[in-house]
Amino acid sequence: MKSPVTRFSRVGTLAVSLVVVAACSRATQGPRLVGAPLPPSDPGVPSVTNPMIDGNRYPHTAADTYFMAGMIPHHAQAVLIAGWAKSHGARADIQRLCERIVVAQRDEIALIQQWLLDRAEPVPAADATHHRMTMDGMAHDMLMPGMLNEGELRALDRARGPEFDRLFLMAMIKHHEGAITMVDQLFATAGAAQDDIVFKFANDVSADQTTEIDFMQKMLAELMPGGA
Amino acid sequence: MKPETLPRRPAMRWTALAILPLLAVALYVASCASSSSSSSTTMAATTPATPAMAASPPSPDPRIGLRAGDRDAGVALWNLRMVSNSPPTEGFVGVTNSDLAFKGNYVIQGNYNGYQVWDITNAGRPTLKHAYLCPASQSDVSVYGNLIFVSGEGQSGRVDCGTQGVEDSVSTHRLRGIRVFDITDIGNPRYVANVQTCRGSHTHTVVSDPNDPANVYIYVSGASRVRSPSELPGCSDLMPDDDPNSSRFRIEVIRVPLANPEAARIVSSPRIFDGLGPAPRRTEPPRQGRGGRGDAAGGGRGAGGQRALRGGGGGGDPPTGPEQCHDITVYPAIGLAGGACRGYGLLLDIRDVANPRRLSAVADTNFSFWHSATFSNDGSKVLFTDEWGGGGAPRCRVTDRYEWGANALFTIDDNQMNFKSYYKMPAAQTELENCVAHNGSLIPIPGRDVMVQGWYQGGISIFDWTDPSRPFEIAFFDRGPFDPTRMVSAGSWSVYWYNGYLISSEIKRGLDILELTPSAFLSQNEIDAANTVRFDVLNAQEQPQIVWPPSFAIARAFVDQLERSRGLSTARITAVRSELAGAQRLAGQQRSSALTQLATQLDSDVRGSSDQAKLRMLTGAVRDLAGAR
Repeated sequence: MKSPVTRFSRVGTLAVSLVVVAACSRATQGPRLVGAPLPPSDPGVPSVTNPMIDGNRYPHTAADTYFMAGMIPHHAQAVLIAGWAKSHGARADIQRLCERIVVAQRDEIALIQQWLLDRAEPVPAADATHHRMTMDGMAHDMLMPGMLNEGELRALDRARGPEFDRLFLMAMIKHHEGAITMVDQLFATAGAAQDDIVFKFANDVSADQTTEIDFMQKMLAELMPGGA
Repeated sequence: MKPETLPRRPAMRWTALAILPLLAVALYVASCASSSSSSSTTMAATTPATPAMAASPPSPDPRIGLRAGDRDAGVALWNLRMVSNSPPTEGFVGVTNSDLAFKGNYVIQGNYNGYQVWDITNAGRPTLKHAYLCPASQSDVSVYGNLIFVSGEGQSGRVDCGTQGVEDSVSTHRLRGIRVFDITDIGNPRYVANVQTCRGSHTHTVVSDPNDPANVYIYVSGASRVRSPSELPGCSDLMPDDDPNSSRFRIEVIRVPLANPEAARIVSSPRIFDGLGPAPRRTEPPRQGRGGRGDAAGGGRGAGGQRALRGGGGGGDPPTGPEQCHDITVYPAIGLAGGACRGYGLLLDIRDVANPRRLSAVADTNFSFWHSATFSNDGSKVLFTDEWGGGGAPRCRVTDRYEWGANALFTIDDNQMNFKSYYKMPAAQTELENCVAHNGSLIPIPGRDVMVQGWYQGGISIFDWTDPSRPFEIAFFDRGPFDPTRMVSAGSWSVYWYNGYLISSEIKRGLDILELTPSAFLSQNEIDAANTVRFDVLNAQEQPQIVWPPSFAIARAFVDQLERSRGLSTARITAVRSELAGAQRLAGQQRSSALTQLATQLDSDVRGSSDQAKLRMLTGAVRDLAGAR
């Protein structure tokens, strides 16, 4: 139903047309918490596919699912280590970069989880740091390209101040390059990325993270004159 | 969640004036969703008690807490009137609506399934002239003469407009580039040509060259995956140091012969990114690389050095900068273009249309992804947008920084850009609403720089950036989230001013048409003055130079502005209004004389005025009117 608005008479008094359409008097729905993980999908529950979503126009492939699902632990690790910037005494500009990484990648985790849920694919929890794959009947935990192993994580977690800055930048550059590798692998696969959401997401990851690599390399160069 | 307490908002905007008469509040009959516990409320429209107008935005902001829904979502408007909403037609429902182009009374609305042509002769009830099914993302559209151009970059766009997608990773069926349609009969467009490009076309910009009327040019911004040379010969994903013909680090320029559009082809691939290092912090000038600045087509090499991806390691060689642009806005009348290119905003000289040349660049580490640019009409200012999150993410939450996903405003001095401030749509949006700065255009209000802009589900925001250090909002429109339970992409992809209307392409809900209504921030005279401008065609990224024909509305608009700025005393304002009214009642030579007399009086007002610039504009407008037939 269209909202009637007060009409203005062109001559005479000028009255502001402040039109406030009252929201439904049901209580305002609160915003969902940032990064709140969706529950893992239950195979007994039918998939919630919404015909209104662009991504359903073209079928998704195993490569699309592998890419999207694999990006969750990848992002989760980025959120983890970027989350250490403040407590580990990072430089102000690195803290700022980390803040952006945390916000952006948490949102992307939620987007990916929704995508997987809509297609009745298994949904990793948002804090997963390994990608669980079943091969030859056995479950393996894998690190996606560019991810830090346990030892590297520990070393980073122990560092403070300029040492943290240096290790963090090197780790995150490698991390971002890994994401770009995942995008490259996706596009190299026949039939992949027909889905508009996957196509856009993969291109955005590539674009955003390439830009961030540039920033980080410059920051790293400032920390270590003469190069690594 | 009162607006005043949001940490991210600049304090000055929300300081309310002490006591102001409350204004008309029009409410409507609303029926709540079935799960609601409350009953529906009925409220009647009331007329304002006093003629005064609020000089500050509504508080609390009515955009907060709007009910979710498709076309029945809660709506908030301020200083705007809804004229119509036209939902997508069959074949386009549920598929993303994208950008707009305009010709005569037609609006061409891109959609990931093709495009719809709307007839808006009756803006209150647009009708569909033609819907062309031809899937491609993003279907960025533009129109020139009797041609429509459509961008495609996705993997699934087909040369034959099929809907089945393209499975093979290399295929001759795939379209990534520009489609060309002949619309001599706009009710029956003919698909006449494709120009394939190595990176597809995310967006494109039509550029006319006054020295070359037989052709029109298209700048193609390809931002996605480079195609295999098996699919399109000559494409190369290597770095320029390894292959001077690399498809990276360049834009494509297509020339379209108007008499023979089938012969459209790429004529140059200027490397406008040469010599740029990675984006520095805003206070530092961009670093000069070995390639030097301003090399044009085919010219210099890349900035030198390898990206770390190529195994060059951390910091040995200087890292490279942007390699593609998202969008380019050209302003041919002043020979400039603004390129939003990854971590940079570029200022380009486009007087040689086929060979654009970079003049300067700015970077800002607050900016994630430079998206597009808009110039002020006089070319003294430029605004860049940051589409942080790509448009699919909610970036207007209470917790999101004001300067992220916003506009950055610059003055242009000697072909250099100087940062002044940020502007972001100020109402916090929910987690369920994708929101970030997106496309818009200038509203031709004389004497002011006012822009209307789409913010996805952040709605539409109209802001004044006449003072680039102090932009402020003067009108808005917003709906509640499309879906109450999940983030579904929706909202205004673009909104542009076109011949008296604000026309918005709503991603899910179709075509929205709105109109400005007068307020303390915008008088009826200013609206009337804007409406003296008529476009025959509009592609927002080919920014038209706005020229106002002489009119009483223009003069009255300037008087209203002088009243607002106190550039003339109340007594003089009243007198000038009276003289204009008097002159308007006369005709021919008598009118001319009266106006000339007024202009002479105004000349003597200038010296004592606190707003001399505006007074001179008024005087000029009055003289123009005196000389007009």
